[in-house]
Amino acid sequence: MKELVEIIAKALVDKPEDVIVKQTESESSILLELSVAPEDMGKVIGKQGRIAKAIRTVVKSAAAKTDKKVIVEIL
Amino acid sequence: MACIEKTAKSVEEAIKLALDELKVTNENAKIEILEQPSKGIFGFGSKMARVRVEAVYDENQAAQKFLKDVLNNMDIKAEIKISKEANNMYINLVGPKMGMIIGRRGQTLDSLQYLVSLVINKNADRESHIKVILDTEDYRRKREETLERLAERMASKVLKLGRRVELEPMNPYERRIIHASLQDYPGITTYSEGEEPYRKVIISKK
Repeated sequence: MKELVEIIAKALVDKPEDVIVKQTESESSILLELSVAPEDMGKVIGKQGRIAKAIRTVVKSAAAKTDKKVIVEIL
Repeated sequence: MACIEKTAKSVEEAIKLALDELKVTNENAKIEILEQPSKGIFGFGSKMARVRVEAVYDENQAAQKFLKDVLNNMDIKAEIKISKEANNMYINLVGPKMGMIIGRRGQTLDSLQYLVSLVINKNADRESHIKVILDTEDYRRKREETLERLAERMASKVLKLGRRVELEPMNPYERRIIHASLQDYPGITTYSEGEEPYRKVIISKK
């Protein structure tokens, strides 16, 4: 899951080297915390969170086969 | 696409300057050496290296790579077929497990389509913007037919019951299909109500 968020985020931003994803797993969920360069924030969030929503949708369907809930947070 | 000229002491240095300024890598650039540097004699007649670098960006390749990486990571094996016509890029995914790519009501397919479009248009200006249409198993056409049938059915219901009918929330693309299919339906008018993403089409009597 972590890699998937990384791949997507890196392809969207201007500074891929600043993309960091932290994965924390618990029994029922996987938390993915994405951080990017401050000037790239808009590139992963988008107007009214449209990009963030698209990232979450894709990650969620990738996680469908695991029975855990996946949460993508943008820091 | 952007094109710049740079001068430096060596050809390599000039190319590097240009690539850095254009923010492209070697494989995405067309490099032309305009002038080789020469030392001259005792500093007289020495010439700097001059190069012209043009950024060329292959959208097909970029889309292919992005989707391949994403799908691999989702554990989905699919063949990615890309064709381009004017400013439209059509991408068709062929393989098993495509249901996972489509998602509920095409949500995942729409999200992926949006992400691909962002990736390949990252450096594009308004004129060179490319519209991406991502599809698999003919989902888009089938969905369009489903929506058209739904529109017809609901329109006749409106006429029979004499009151308006609200459809479920849809994205702009799907709403447009409904509006268009009922445009010439006698006695019927359509409009949209509500805020995204819950905006929905209302079918009512004229």
